[in-house]
Amino acid sequence: MIIGLAGNPNSGKTTLFNDLTGSSQYTGNWPGVTVEKKDGKLKGHPDVTIQDLPGIYSLSPYTLEEVVSRQYLVNEQPDAIINIVDGTNIERNLYLTTQLLELGLPTLIAINMVDVLEKTGVTIDTKKLEKELGCKVMTISALKGKGTKEAAQEAIRLAKAHEVGKRPEIFSGHLLKAIQEIEGKLDGDMKRWFAIKLFERDNKVIQDNNLNPDLKNIVEPIITKIEDEEEDDAESIITSARYEYITKLTSQCVVASKKQAKSLSDKIDSIVTNRYLALPIFAVIIFIMYYISVTTVGTWMTDWTNDVLFGDIVPNALTALCSTLGVADWMQHLLIDGVVGGVGTVLGFVPQILLIFVFLSILEDTGYMARIAFIMDRLFRKFGLSGKSFIPILIGSGCGVPGIMAARTIEDEADRRMTIMLCTFIPCAAKTEIIAMISSVFFHGSAWVATSMYFLSLAVIVLSGIALKKTRFFAGESAPFVMELPAYHLPQPKTVLMRVLERGKHFIIKAGTIIFAVSVITWFLMSYTPTLQYIDSGSAEVSKSILRYIGEFLAPIFAPLGFGNWEGGVSVLIALSAKELAASTVVVLAGKAGVASLFTTMGAFSYMILNLFNPPCIAAMGTIWREMGSRFWAIFAISYQLVLGYVLSFITYQLGSFFFYGASLGIGQIVAFGLVLFIIYMVVRPGYKEPVGELVQA
Amino acid sequence: MTLKEVPIGSSVTIKKLNGNGATKRRIMDMGLVKGVEVFVRKVAPLGDPIELTVRGYELSIRKADAELIDVE
Repeated sequence: MIIGLAGNPNSGKTTLFNDLTGSSQYTGNWPGVTVEKKDGKLKGHPDVTIQDLPGIYSLSPYTLEEVVSRQYLVNEQPDAIINIVDGTNIERNLYLTTQLLELGLPTLIAINMVDVLEKTGVTIDTKKLEKELGCKVMTISALKGKGTKEAAQEAIRLAKAHEVGKRPEIFSGHLLKAIQEIEGKLDGDMKRWFAIKLFERDNKVIQDNNLNPDLKNIVEPIITKIEDEEEDDAESIITSARYEYITKLTSQCVVASKKQAKSLSDKIDSIVTNRYLALPIFAVIIFIMYYISVTTVGTWMTDWTNDVLFGDIVPNALTALCSTLGVADWMQHLLIDGVVGGVGTVLGFVPQILLIFVFLSILEDTGYMARIAFIMDRLFRKFGLSGKSFIPILIGSGCGVPGIMAARTIEDEADRRMTIMLCTFIPCAAKTEIIAMISSVFFHGSAWVATSMYFLSLAVIVLSGIALKKTRFFAGESAPFVMELPAYHLPQPKTVLMRVLERGKHFIIKAGTIIFAVSVITWFLMSYTPTLQYIDSGSAEVSKSILRYIGEFLAPIFAPLGFGNWEGGVSVLIALSAKELAASTVVVLAGKAGVASLFTTMGAFSYMILNLFNPPCIAAMGTIWREMGSRFWAIFAISYQLVLGYVLSFITYQLGSFFFYGASLGIGQIVAFGLVLFIIYMVVRPGYKEPVGELVQA
Repeated sequence: MTLKEVPIGSSVTIKKLNGNGATKRRIMDMGLVKGVEVFVRKVAPLGDPIELTVRGYELSIRKADAELIDVE
């Protein structure tokens, strides 16, 4: 038996879901899209699955979450729906309810936060509501676990009896007649739902459910007639009618006994989003978060896991074990250098990631995350990002992996993808090592190198955002910024913990598998000669490895960037596995001659640029892969970074040698000028306009 | 007058929603329909978006969208 859990965002749906399912949850993505899909077994009922639907305000065809939810409800037909309704925000919550009731499925309405209602002196007449809405209405407190078991029991009973209540009549007059007329042309349990969708000219419904396309033309005169009468479009007529019905319903069923005093939430809000205090408070909160999770505790934990746990303890134990068991040498190297070395680096991020998730979950759970978006929106939407993109970019300056993961909090799909693509351009801790090395060897340790690199990376993020927003992939005002600012409340340790564990688990499993494979391959290529002799890849011996020959092969590709030797090629390749290696590898390969022997000054500068804008490391690429949830977008993002890194490095080298080192105007310089013009064109050209009426693509 | 021009701290009633498609539907889905009373609470520190109280909850919309809403 499957029970669907539907409700508005911030209605306590996650809390109820956690309460009902305990630890039996399974999280994934809905088929084909990256909207989170969660289900779990009802506690004590292994035969009952609770299917958590995305938090939605409506069943319109315009957002991915809504499309996913309605497709599920219409096509999969759960045995019953529990519709969770936030009692403190009942009018807007019941708006979704009016739509759910049209689906003709057994439905239970669970009014949440009754404890808060009691405190504020609001009473809801559930008996009356039950009678009006024609379905079972119960009150619960998901947070305190009150009434949740009873609600689940009742939902099971409804499902078993297939008890579909008497649908309330929301529409009246001419509108009702028109809908009934359309209904008459359809059949089945869901004909009212389809009739309304036809009236709203919701073409996606016709497509997805194989309705007769001629219906569209048949019902058109009926729709136009009503539209002329009401002087409004069909969709708005329906929406207004629903809200009119709800206003009337709540005036009968909801009684506020006393005039509500200014709530604590209002008081908090008047301080934290105050015109003058908002930015300083925001800065302090962000500083604390950054300081703890990136600068201090997080880094200590990561360093310890990398250097001590996977640098000493595990390898030593494994070496001892291998020699006791008499494991072959190559196998031992594979295990220790390849597997532990590679996977260990990734696991090293885990404590830091978990810590960042604790902060993010607290920000989300308290309601402050929505305020961050509110405060930062104006700045970020100029570059095609959302106010919430600030956090991933900020965290990315410590480490790109948790930065990419932090983008999870962005609801809008296009904004989230864009943020994932761009947040690793900000130099992370590992990239600063390349900057430090290049600036000390070639630029006398001048501080302008690092400073200019930060400004350059910000410029790259901003200009990329503007340019990408104009492409077909990101075009359109994806989701309008119409955002609820939920009431503040104290973070719930249980909710925070569940979210942290769930996200952490994903990172370890999914990113881990890809990273494991790539680490083993990289290790092999670095540690063996073409005749399969084992060599120590940490020494100058690496010049005999298979990788060297690959580097030799790749060298011509890097020649236009100013470093056409195999050392450069190999370093770029190795650095793709971890950016700190971009510095250490060239040091190892250059040996006694010193790094200055491998590069010209301009070539070194160009090498630095390439590494800064290339994908940061295997861990980050694995995370991008996992978080994009689609092969196309993962490849798109990584290719964008590879190409952009190359192009910027090319332009830097060619034009740099021309302007500062007296190189003559050759083909390279002309191509570089051409690329600069192309980039300018991409940024300033008019954007791609989505054809009107185009719906969200699933 | 449009919702964008309403001074902070005052209440107005929605008269008409202009615009079309996803944005209009989204705004209406959130409860901003003809006849509802809206209180303009504040404006974000950088001057946009604005925060409203409607149907007993807080909603934030951009000024560009508020401009599409006629009020009185």
